[in-house]
Amino acid sequence: MRNTYIQEKVAKVILAIFTLLIVLVLFSILGGIFIKGLPALNWEILTQVPKGGYYFGKEGGILNAIIGSVYLAIGASLIAVVISVPTALFIHTYLFSFPNWQKRIRLCLDVLWGVPPIVYGAFGFNLMLFMGWPTSLLAAIITVAFLISPVMIRAMDESLQQVSHGLFESAVSLGFYKGEIGYKFLLRQTLPGVATAFLLALGKGIGDTASVLFTAGYTDYIPESLTEPAATLPLAVFFQLSSPIPEVKARAYAAAVVLTIIILTISISSRFISKKLSKNKIA
Amino acid sequence: MTITKRLSHEYLRKGWMQVALGIILLLPFAIGLSLLYKAWPLLAPSGLIDVLLGSEWSPMQGKFGLWPFISSSIIVSLMGLLFMVPVCLSAAIFITQFAPAWLARSLRSVIDILAGIPSVIFGLWGVMTIVPIVGDLATSYGAGNATGYSILAAGIVVSFSVMPFILNMLIELFESVSIELKESALSLGASYWQVIKDVIVRKLKPGIIASFTLGVSKAFGETIAVLMVVGNVVQVPKGLFSAGYPLPALLANNYGEMMTIPMYDAALMLSALILLIIVIFFNYIAHKVIRYYHARI
Amino acid sequence: MRNSNHVSSIIDQEIIRKDQAKGLHNLIYVKDLSLWHGKQQTLKNVELNIRDKGITVLLGPSGCGKTTLLKTFNRLSDLYPDIRTEGSIFFEGKDILSKEIDVYDLRQKMGLLSQRPQPLPGTIAENIRYALKLKGIKAKSEQDDRIAHYLQKVALWEEVKDRLKSPAGRLSIGQQQRLCLARGLAIEPRVILADEPTSALDPISSRKIEEQFKELSQEFSIVLVTHILRQAKRLADYVAFMYFGEVIEKGRPDVLFEDPKTETFKEYLFVGH
Repeated sequence: MRNTYIQEKVAKVILAIFTLLIVLVLFSILGGIFIKGLPALNWEILTQVPKGGYYFGKEGGILNAIIGSVYLAIGASLIAVVISVPTALFIHTYLFSFPNWQKRIRLCLDVLWGVPPIVYGAFGFNLMLFMGWPTSLLAAIITVAFLISPVMIRAMDESLQQVSHGLFESAVSLGFYKGEIGYKFLLRQTLPGVATAFLLALGKGIGDTASVLFTAGYTDYIPESLTEPAATLPLAVFFQLSSPIPEVKARAYAAAVVLTIIILTISISSRFISKKLSKNKIA
Repeated sequence: MTITKRLSHEYLRKGWMQVALGIILLLPFAIGLSLLYKAWPLLAPSGLIDVLLGSEWSPMQGKFGLWPFISSSIIVSLMGLLFMVPVCLSAAIFITQFAPAWLARSLRSVIDILAGIPSVIFGLWGVMTIVPIVGDLATSYGAGNATGYSILAAGIVVSFSVMPFILNMLIELFESVSIELKESALSLGASYWQVIKDVIVRKLKPGIIASFTLGVSKAFGETIAVLMVVGNVVQVPKGLFSAGYPLPALLANNYGEMMTIPMYDAALMLSALILLIIVIFFNYIAHKVIRYYHARI
Repeated sequence: MRNSNHVSSIIDQEIIRKDQAKGLHNLIYVKDLSLWHGKQQTLKNVELNIRDKGITVLLGPSGCGKTTLLKTFNRLSDLYPDIRTEGSIFFEGKDILSKEIDVYDLRQKMGLLSQRPQPLPGTIAENIRYALKLKGIKAKSEQDDRIAHYLQKVALWEEVKDRLKSPAGRLSIGQQQRLCLARGLAIEPRVILADEPTSALDPISSRKIEEQFKELSQEFSIVLVTHILRQAKRLADYVAFMYFGEVIEKGRPDVLFEDPKTETFKEYLFVGH
């Protein structure tokens, strides 16, 4: 008996150590980036686009990448919402009594969720050539919208699964159309879930590098229309890090700090929103 | 609102729902076909086997052997798996079975935050933290490549970047075990740890295997973080400290020249196609594993 | 003088002596037991004796604390960090609730049969083998003998002897529950704790379990939690009626059911569940 006791204690310690490792990695990531990036971060970097000689360590900043990322994220999330909300609702209204179809769609979403961003990037590139678009904000937005839609639908689907079947059934028997039930009841009932799904996808859209590598067409200017190329923050980190010039390298870390802060803000506000909104659900 | 108006609104709603669903359902096929179409010029003349297993990569001479990249990808993901398994299993068990509620909650926030961290930041972390450590190790072992930019560094970085996804799956799995089962096993006189390893882990085995299968598949597709630390030398890796060049890195590094060298684009699109097929294959395996065990339990 | 083990244990000795003088043999003594889930009190000053051999039925509406009481007997209450107890439960001369008790030992003396059958992952044979291993029986041949023995004891042997290596989860629910009973017997307990063991079963399987309980009560002390009045009447050698965490009435079934003393119990008997 005593033996099993010791075994349990030892096991517990080992498990705790491995768990601690994950926490340490998070702190090492955040700590490392902030320590290296904060000193390089200043007002100029945040408010200027690259000027002549920027890539040799001269003046300028990453405003082009910040604005580019914001445009890209907003555009892609809006398109993703237009695709995702109806799809998720369709699964739970018109396909309510077709579990086989629900299963197939979820399988498809699982596959799409697992497809690497770089493959979306290659597909986006092909699509862009096919449509005759230039490397542009538009091409990047479409690519990222494809990338994040499965994420959004899956998250919405999960929260829609929490809604009791009774709500749908009683709404049907009251004479509502299925689409009405979807948008008027189910959507409202799962608003916190939808909001977190949106933010989850937004975060993924802002942070992704590989998918826009082919399509965004990095530039030093702030895009003024959808057909102009755009820079993004992850790309700014990636490209500047490969520079041999220390000043430019430091700016990669500064851009990483900005990116990290944006991502953290999104993930914290998603928690906050889901807590706040779950208070005003119907029933 | 009149009935006809309501009905026409409903048709609009339903119509758009179907269009949106159609887009999603067609997307995998669209991706696959477009890649296949682009890769075809290379595949048709030289044959799949030659391209997949050929080790000579010199685009200028029209030699597109993908084996160095494929082998790098396999080794990096397996290495990732090696680090992932103990850490993820331990953490999932600790969080769901041992940690007090407050600790479990904060650990889950840690995982959530980690899940949101972009690939490029993991890469940056790898360059800052992991590569120097691996470099020191390589020096002390007298390895040929002492820079630290290596398969090993890539394996470590990729394992941590994939971990949050697997952990979320595993935690959900472990939470699905009913308390009654634990109570029954404890009542036989088993210690809590025995219950975990003999009963819970055993019961969840199919789910655990499936989670890690999906994890390997994620690792396979991880691009930027790996590319930043793996060294990017075209060779079949010869050891832990040797540099490698996984498929996604090939794509990401060379898209710029894609259109300038003949057939280069076909080779790159083929590597994207391979990635897609691998991911679908792993998903299929994960589903099969769960099916197979369900039939047996 | 709540929660004073010293004083309680003197009372314990006295009561045992008195019982024995009366020709009663009790196995478990619950002394002034109170239990809190966080701030909510689920057991209030419970006083109860469990007979050696025979079936003691804990009867009462759901949520009255009978399952909680049952699970404190083998310290499954340890699983919940927010549970706090006062008072004592004496078993074999020791206070179960004291820190010095070896819970693994204790649990092997109190087999549990839960509401729904809980087969362990693995085959039919492995389910019982696991219990035997925990009991310290290592030789394969002896394990096999005992597996057959306990399966016979719960009248499952004939049904499963040809497929001992098939997964336990494939058995019918009723068979699973009997397998769980066999597994519980394999640790050679003195007490069988049964938490509404028939509530998930069909009527025929329920009857089989009840018959086995009758038989096993010759050898074991059985504590049976139920909210089914008729089941209590069929099986009980001794009954305790619980209501909102208190034992309101207790005694022999013939006396108790014929002559309820409190209004609550009268009403319960009248409504019938």
